[in-house]
Amino acid sequence: MKPIYFDHSATTPLDKSVLKDMEPFFCDKFGNASSLHSFGQEAKAALEGARMQVANILNCQEKEVVFTSGGTESNNLALRGVVFGLLKKGHKKPMHIITTKIEHHAVLHTTEQLEEIFGFQVTYLDVDQNGLVDSKKLKDAIKENTALISVMYANNEVGTVEPLSEIAEVIKKTRDERKEKGVKLPIYFHTDAVQAASYLDLDVKKLGVDIMSLSGHKFYGPKGTGVLYVRKGTIIEATQTGGGHEENIRSGTENVPGIMGLAAALQLAEDEKKENASKVASLRDYLIRELPKKVSDVRLTGHPVRRLPNIASFLIDGIEGESMLINLDLKGIAISTGSACSSGSLEPSHVLKSLHFPLEKIHGSLRISLGKENTKEEIDYFLEVFPPIVEKLRNITGGIL
Amino acid sequence: MSNKGFGPYNEKVIDHFMNPHNLGEIKNPSGIGKVGNPTCGDVMQLHIKVEEKNGKEVITDIKFKTFGCAAAIATSSMITEIAVGMTLDEAKKLTRKDVSDKLGGLPPAKEHCSNLAADALHKAIEDYKKKA
Repeated sequence: MKPIYFDHSATTPLDKSVLKDMEPFFCDKFGNASSLHSFGQEAKAALEGARMQVANILNCQEKEVVFTSGGTESNNLALRGVVFGLLKKGHKKPMHIITTKIEHHAVLHTTEQLEEIFGFQVTYLDVDQNGLVDSKKLKDAIKENTALISVMYANNEVGTVEPLSEIAEVIKKTRDERKEKGVKLPIYFHTDAVQAASYLDLDVKKLGVDIMSLSGHKFYGPKGTGVLYVRKGTIIEATQTGGGHEENIRSGTENVPGIMGLAAALQLAEDEKKENASKVASLRDYLIRELPKKVSDVRLTGHPVRRLPNIASFLIDGIEGESMLINLDLKGIAISTGSACSSGSLEPSHVLKSLHFPLEKIHGSLRISLGKENTKEEIDYFLEVFPPIVEKLRNITGGIL
Repeated sequence: MSNKGFGPYNEKVIDHFMNPHNLGEIKNPSGIGKVGNPTCGDVMQLHIKVEEKNGKEVITDIKFKTFGCAAAIATSSMITEIAVGMTLDEAKKLTRKDVSDKLGGLPPAKEHCSNLAADALHKAIEDYKKKA
């Protein structure tokens, strides 16, 4: 049997049609988009075509699309770039940033560095047990010196979809108040939309965000590619400096084949969005319904309704995640876990900790993140092989917990 | 069935993990050693049976139960293999390195698991001594 891939939140395979769109730009149309000659112009035309395609999907202007090397770089550039830009404009330290406890490390480790080295103040908002950010609490956390708010669109571990439009409303009110009072400090709204791209609406106007991060390989595009949407007028400073590419926000010769792939993949995701979302959601719901019938002491993590259509995440009592992962992989099924033992750092998932689950439960976390190529037969196979694995591991543990 | 290695684990570790030896409990054990903490993700319990043979106290049977990762389960299984038949004096000298070496090495981040196994054995011996 072909190995089953249930880890699409980690990465997705490149869509074969996307590979076709990339191929000409490796050997034939290899020019540097900054060169004036015909080779360069050919690359530049392709690059700007891709930018237009992405801009159409995000409902923004082409100049607002910055190509990066991925989600991590986009998040780094968004946070560091904005605060550096504000400093450059003469806004005084200490400025304040609000984010949440369940962001990706690309956000959290960046804000931690901004605190430690640059003296910024950072508030890490709590979430409820379903992983939801409370926009009222966020409103209360806004201070006179708050310059940036970063809340993810959808969580990568439990799939909870955050109320971005509500948050955008709160920020808009603050902005209006500051305008009335003549306060010069801007307040920007960034979202890490890396997990959302395949299934949720990416219209930045509807979402009300100023800055948004995307990663190509999460939606069947190539690894090493990403987008940062930066609304026109946003104060942002380059964090990678050089030849002034990407409107001087992100220097470095553009990865033309990668960008062609990213744009093609995003277009495909957009075209197939409704169909794929409904397909994976029905598989997800089937799994969420059936698993507790086959395995005792299982609970769903994340929001019961406001969740990504492709993520089913659970806590399995009395099971350690790494042991579960290896057993499943030896049966040909790839999943992921937030267990400490699987992390390398020996730290259990900060997301599950923030959802207020006790540590001993977090060790038994299981995440199944589906993709468009998964089938009901694959879920059925999982439902068949998983219960004996749970039984075996619970037997090794006996009643010692 | 022989398993191949897996990620950072060698074949021997995976073999002990997938097919652990001496799993279970002993009825009326001579000593019990329980170490670890569920919040840390590893709990290990060893039961030992101690009998006198030629004037020496010898571990004649040993069984384990473990909650934890592949390394925790494999080191539990391995220490039962090593310790059975040893005198208490020999068993007391067993270190985490003995367990890790017998498994052909553990990934650096997992070395502490072999600590747990040795600790559980030493604790079981102490428990026996207290009762004796």
